[in-house]
Amino acid sequence: MTTPGETDDLEQREFLRRVRPPNWTNPTPKRLYDLVVLGGGPAGLAAAEAAARTGLQVALIERNLLGGNSLNVGSVPSKAIIRSGRVIEVVRRDSEKFGARTEVGSTADMSRVMTRMRRIRARIGEFHSIDRLVAQGIDIFFCTARFVGRQAILAGDARLSFDKAIVATGARPKTCDIPGLDQVGFLTSSTIFDIVGMPTRLAIIGGGPLGCELAQAFCRLGSQVTILQNDPKFLPHEERDAAELLSLSLSRDGVETRLNTTVVGARTENGEKIVDTVNNGVKCSFAADEIMLSVGRVPNVAELNLSAAEIEFDPDRGVLVDDFLRTTNTLVYAAGDVCMAHKFTNVAEATGRMAALNAFGARRRRQSHLLIPRCTYCDPEIAHIGMHVWEARERSIPVKSFTIMMQDVDRAITDGQDDGFVKIHIRDGTDEILGATIVAARASEMINEMSVLMSAGIGMRKLASILHTYPAQSDAIRLAAAAYMRDQGASTW
Amino acid sequence: MAGLTTLSDDALLDRLQRGAFAYFEDYTSADNGLVADTSRPGSPCSIAVVGFALSCYPVAVHRGWLSRDVAAARTLKALRFFSDSEQTEEADATGFKGFYYHFLDMHTGRRVWQCELSLIDTALLVAGIVTAGCYFDGDGIEPHIRALSESLYRRIDWSWALNGGKTLAQGWKPGCGFLHYGWEGYNEATILYILGVASPTFPLPSESFAGWTFTYQWENLLGQNLLYSGPLFTHLFSHAWIDFRSIRDQFMREKNADYFENTKKAVAVQRDYCARNPHRFEAYDRNLWGITAGDGPNNQDMRKKSRDRRCYGYMSRGVPYGPDDGTIAPWAMLASLPFNPDAALQGIRCLLEQYPQVCSNDRLSSGFNPSLVEDGRAWLSTGWYGLDQGLLVMMIENHRTGFLWDITRGSDIFRTGLRRAGFEGGWL
Repeated sequence: MTTPGETDDLEQREFLRRVRPPNWTNPTPKRLYDLVVLGGGPAGLAAAEAAARTGLQVALIERNLLGGNSLNVGSVPSKAIIRSGRVIEVVRRDSEKFGARTEVGSTADMSRVMTRMRRIRARIGEFHSIDRLVAQGIDIFFCTARFVGRQAILAGDARLSFDKAIVATGARPKTCDIPGLDQVGFLTSSTIFDIVGMPTRLAIIGGGPLGCELAQAFCRLGSQVTILQNDPKFLPHEERDAAELLSLSLSRDGVETRLNTTVVGARTENGEKIVDTVNNGVKCSFAADEIMLSVGRVPNVAELNLSAAEIEFDPDRGVLVDDFLRTTNTLVYAAGDVCMAHKFTNVAEATGRMAALNAFGARRRRQSHLLIPRCTYCDPEIAHIGMHVWEARERSIPVKSFTIMMQDVDRAITDGQDDGFVKIHIRDGTDEILGATIVAARASEMINEMSVLMSAGIGMRKLASILHTYPAQSDAIRLAAAAYMRDQGASTW
Repeated sequence: MAGLTTLSDDALLDRLQRGAFAYFEDYTSADNGLVADTSRPGSPCSIAVVGFALSCYPVAVHRGWLSRDVAAARTLKALRFFSDSEQTEEADATGFKGFYYHFLDMHTGRRVWQCELSLIDTALLVAGIVTAGCYFDGDGIEPHIRALSESLYRRIDWSWALNGGKTLAQGWKPGCGFLHYGWEGYNEATILYILGVASPTFPLPSESFAGWTFTYQWENLLGQNLLYSGPLFTHLFSHAWIDFRSIRDQFMREKNADYFENTKKAVAVQRDYCARNPHRFEAYDRNLWGITAGDGPNNQDMRKKSRDRRCYGYMSRGVPYGPDDGTIAPWAMLASLPFNPDAALQGIRCLLEQYPQVCSNDRLSSGFNPSLVEDGRAWLSTGWYGLDQGLLVMMIENHRTGFLWDITRGSDIFRTGLRRAGFEGGWL
């Protein structure tokens, strides 16, 4: 019989066997590869698999673990922990509301939360495991890579020659020059999933989407969390109403948010980490057990020797690509976080496939045509697609928003999840959908309906007549279209 | 307040308008004309409340509550204070670049609470100063009022407040400069831009108003098509001075609407939201509404009562997105009188009948939360806030006679500002 700790070790060994087998030996390189992919994250995997499916000779080089940030230190582990936080929050705060008898003062067991996260990561890791890639005929090299010519790469010690290449090396957490922070020590999104115990006091520097997600999750798991954000607005890239709603939600959970607050230093005092801040000229210091830096991400370009292949790049923007994802070396493409402003897993996968198809296919696709749904996975979730109102107005497009509050949606009420709204932005005077913002418990799912509608060119008129299940939270989308029809003086049918 | 609800509409409005004005008689410094932010002991002066007071003195003359001479003397005292006050970068000055700090010491008139040099509160003060300059058009001391009104307006460096950008910041602090946040989305700032673009000395460029309106959202919300803003006061403040009936800027022309009609719709949203009452708060009803900025219970109040709900203290509450903790502002329904008289009167009568404690000395309190009851008493804000009382005096008068709207219609500054911001049509 195995103990929980041993089970965890078995899971971890199984996970590594899938994403980086410890006894792996790199294959002998072929004389010439049709495609060499640098990076085994979502973009690189999608590119390699798309090319391999067409019968091309493909090599993929990964310096760390297959799956990239998304699987290992990004979307997957964070969503697993967020889910634990949500469940614990419901048990602790809302169980009585739902009629359950539970112990007062339920708390999280951090080691079980992390074990669950690792199991989930191992399971999802199977979807792109080394066995599957090898079965598709892809040569996998676990090593560093650097260009040594326009059509040659050094993978470890092995020289790989290629017809085409795709740079998909991703991005890493950005750091910043806060005096003393290096000495005090800090976590990033790449390291926070390795923590063993729950930090009693967690200070998160940076109030972007990831910072907010983890702030709420750790707060629900029992930490006292403070977000320190230089920007005066909470989630400045989201619509005002959406950001304010989430701000209230975080505040209700107990997350302390200090906006317009600059961290000017970090130090250790009596064994405690101290963060020094300035807000509107007023200095403040407070103690934390852990400090997490979440101030954005920077592309991984520095060690690739890109100039040897005549590939231009910018340290902040990453590899420079045209609308077809082609770099300044016309034989080399780029995809995912290393070149895209939108650093999301769905964009990485889509551009990975697009780069492979553009490199070899007859019909070339433009990255500017991508319609990108995105979501911040707080509770409630904030999802968006297409244009924001201010973007439409800046382009002199007349815009009108049809809003349905989740508090008026039957299923949201029965679920006890009635915070939020669906806002569909249309070109005023028409029924054309320009974009949508959804704040709801499952906005990440609901926004995909908007993605389908917009991709198919379905307007509000048609949407109003599409039956949805009843009751369903996504019915809010249809209700917005019904409001449009009423506004037009037309019946739904 | 026994007996109020038995009065006729006119008599009820008389009592409540007079009671509201009495705030300025009770809480104004006889030495310098500054007015306290609240009736609470030790309250500093809020410059915005002074702006409301200066606008209410003409109403008091009009209603026979003050002689013209007394009103003029009070007005001149306040204007002289601001004219003589320190305008430097010093941390305890009264103002800088013609703007003023949000809160001032009632006696010394110097900055308190490390507060910001406030653009919107300066605009509300200056709206009162300009109103006084227009109203007092006679002899005696009145030419001094006109001269000071003009000089105080002319010295404001609105263009400095752009901080090199296209739209205004919300404020400035000595030592750390402009506050990072600006105005986003529709709110009470219309009057700020209109006074800013009208300046003959340091004007805002006309495009700055359009730059702000780029952040507007035109929404179909709870069955209404409107320019959205959550807190009710944002739909009222600029209207206390400006008659927006039938005049339209570029945005409203595109939407075939105007700001006056828009406030009517905001009132409809408030009523509909309270009828739906999604959070099941006590007393909310189509006839009992008014969710806006104001005093409310804080978390300490909640914890004492062991309730699983968050409260927000003094906060800008709004509908339907929130925040909403069950607090209504008893004055807000009545301040909506020009936009929906029936709803406002029905609402205030309903409130006074059910909860007469919200009105004492014929003055409505800032906040009331009937969902939070202790020892049989619902939470009620202590004392009164000057902003609420000033707005009530003005809005009741505008409903009854349009008196303040008539004054500002005759003001070159307001007319110029509206035209430069792109308004046209109607009385303009």
